[in-house]
Amino acid sequence: MSNAVTSAPPNAPDEQVTPKPRRITELFLLLIALAIGIGANILVDPDQLTEDPGRIITSGAVLAGGGLLIHVVLWIRARYADPYLLPIAVTLNGLGLAMIHRIDLSTGQTASDTQVVWTGLAMVVACVVLWLLKDHRLLRKITYISLLLSALLLLLPMVPGLGVEINGARLWISVAGRTFQPGEIAKITLAIFFAGYLSTNRDLIMLAGRKIGPVRLPRFKDIAPMFAAWLIAIGVLVLQRDLGTAILFFGLFLVMIYLATGRMGWIVLGVTLMLVGGFVASRIFSHVSLRLDSWLNAFEPEVYNRSPGGSGQIVQGLFGLASGGLFGQGLGQGRPDLVSYANSDMIITAFGEELGLIGLGAILCMFLLFATRGLRAALGTRDHFGKLLAAGLSALMIIQLLVVIGGVTRLLPLTGLTTPFMSAGGSSLLSNWIITAVLLAISHTARRPVLTGPATDEDYAELQAHVKATRDDQEREGELDDSEPTTELSSSVAGTGGPHDDAGTATEVISRIRGRSGSKSSDQSGSTPEGGTQ
Amino acid sequence: MSELTITLLRFGFLALLWIFIFAVIASQARDLAVGNKARAAVQNARNKRTSARKERPAKQPAANGSGPTTTGGTRHRPRNLMIIEGPLSGSSFQLGSAPVLLGRSNEATVPLEDDYASGRHARLFPQGSRWFLEDLGSTNGTFVQGQKLSRAAAVEPGMQFRVGRTVMELRP
Repeated sequence: MSNAVTSAPPNAPDEQVTPKPRRITELFLLLIALAIGIGANILVDPDQLTEDPGRIITSGAVLAGGGLLIHVVLWIRARYADPYLLPIAVTLNGLGLAMIHRIDLSTGQTASDTQVVWTGLAMVVACVVLWLLKDHRLLRKITYISLLLSALLLLLPMVPGLGVEINGARLWISVAGRTFQPGEIAKITLAIFFAGYLSTNRDLIMLAGRKIGPVRLPRFKDIAPMFAAWLIAIGVLVLQRDLGTAILFFGLFLVMIYLATGRMGWIVLGVTLMLVGGFVASRIFSHVSLRLDSWLNAFEPEVYNRSPGGSGQIVQGLFGLASGGLFGQGLGQGRPDLVSYANSDMIITAFGEELGLIGLGAILCMFLLFATRGLRAALGTRDHFGKLLAAGLSALMIIQLLVVIGGVTRLLPLTGLTTPFMSAGGSSLLSNWIITAVLLAISHTARRPVLTGPATDEDYAELQAHVKATRDDQEREGELDDSEPTTELSSSVAGTGGPHDDAGTATEVISRIRGRSGSKSSDQSGSTPEGGTQ
Repeated sequence: MSELTITLLRFGFLALLWIFIFAVIASQARDLAVGNKARAAVQNARNKRTSARKERPAKQPAANGSGPTTTGGTRHRPRNLMIIEGPLSGSSFQLGSAPVLLGRSNEATVPLEDDYASGRHARLFPQGSRWFLEDLGSTNGTFVQGQKLSRAAAVEPGMQFRVGRTVMELRP
């Protein structure tokens, strides 16, 4: 693999490896992905192929059509996007569809029909996002709007008449007979806010503030919006009684602030806070203490049989995993329907039972690869916002997976979260496809060639406008200095040192920080250039 | 369906899952070479920097000698912008024939993640065989080899210039 790299002569930059679009690779992998997805749908009930192939054809067509549509959109709009994200997402989605359908066959539900509709819808939404989001930096402009949006989305289920309470958690809204979980979308908007805010204010958080011992505490006003976001997320979720999503948001908050500042202290502080919060919550809320009890004493008969908050679900899931063994029972051969919520929270145990450790390992590998591709995009992209957003979204998926799989395997207390792409639930599927689209958009900017884009023309025009403005300013000040006609553009900007001279970096830093915190309220979009240029 | 077919399909499906994963990993090997390339580029730059230090005394007189006469050719114009210090340290950008906008702004051709740089800080533009650097009225100024830039100046490869906290240099 490195032959092409090392054999390139060091003094020939033109011959360096230029990134290739790699859409053909994607198409090839997409075909394997579709084979897996459609194959799984057939294998769960092979008799259906001869008796009533309509369902298999519908789900296969939606999966193939959606996947190929995104592929075509990528070819047109984001040629250099990562070639692995889409096939992996399609595989996972196809496996999920197959398993939900398989559980429907045993329980007589019709969750898979809804899921097929949502799959199609989510893929179309992903296409729209890809089409509109030519440059992911557009999202930076809606930093504060997305904070507002997150708060609204999280509060939506609390609205009487709109919100629905299911299993003691008030997380859903009901529109026209369909339920939707706005919190799933809120996790994306919250990630956008964290990325936008931290990429703008990173230095303020790190540099300004009082120093106590070896730790530099950030000033409260620099970190206040972050805490507001965090409090909204956690507060609403405690009110809505959904522990899983609270852990997810808190984890996202920690990951983002660690990524931005690179300080281990935040993680230590956060984990401590989480443990303290968990302890307090277990003392205050009965449902949390029941959860903890059914985690620690899952196999006690009285805990197993307890009517609300019993451990039956976890234990049945573990039995399912055990009966799966190494190779699994085979798709359609097990009894995953014995576990309650087998097609949403516990879908991982259903896969463990029917595909065994080998199949479940493959699924986990796919998630791992998905997240590493997200992080690869974060490494490759050149702007801070994109880095934070891509890494944050990948981390989001991994944290969610940790909470879910940790829950069903009794590593952590079980909290109701969906398995990305797989669990039955339209809002989760939609949000994961949007995340995929954003990651694809970021990876496109990360991998496309640097200075060959058409942006330079725009730069040039903008530069001319800027130079003109500078010239006008100078004429007004009466100190036009036209002595250096090197090029048509360079003449007028000569000698514009600005009011700040090179009076030493320390004072510069301080004046800069002062100026910034003073003008922060007006500097909302985060993309405006610093004040005081002239 | 016979027992044998079911068993075969069962194991075949597991195999297909892993074939997919290995296909992804195998084709990633080539893609990860991009990261390898970046490291190789940094390594090359380091090697070149150390070797340039040795070679520079020998090279510079030659460059001075031919300096005034090589204004027209574009072939010898440096083609790489290497960031030596600052937040993006170690990365390099390929230069074409278009002017390059340096700055913190989103619109900049080379977006510097440097809080001490202005939005539109400085501009590099090609002329003949050389690149010229000019300050665009930045707050903190642009410095070429420690001297504050007051007007557009030619930048030779190896000359270090500073925008905010970012120190850059042109490479052939």
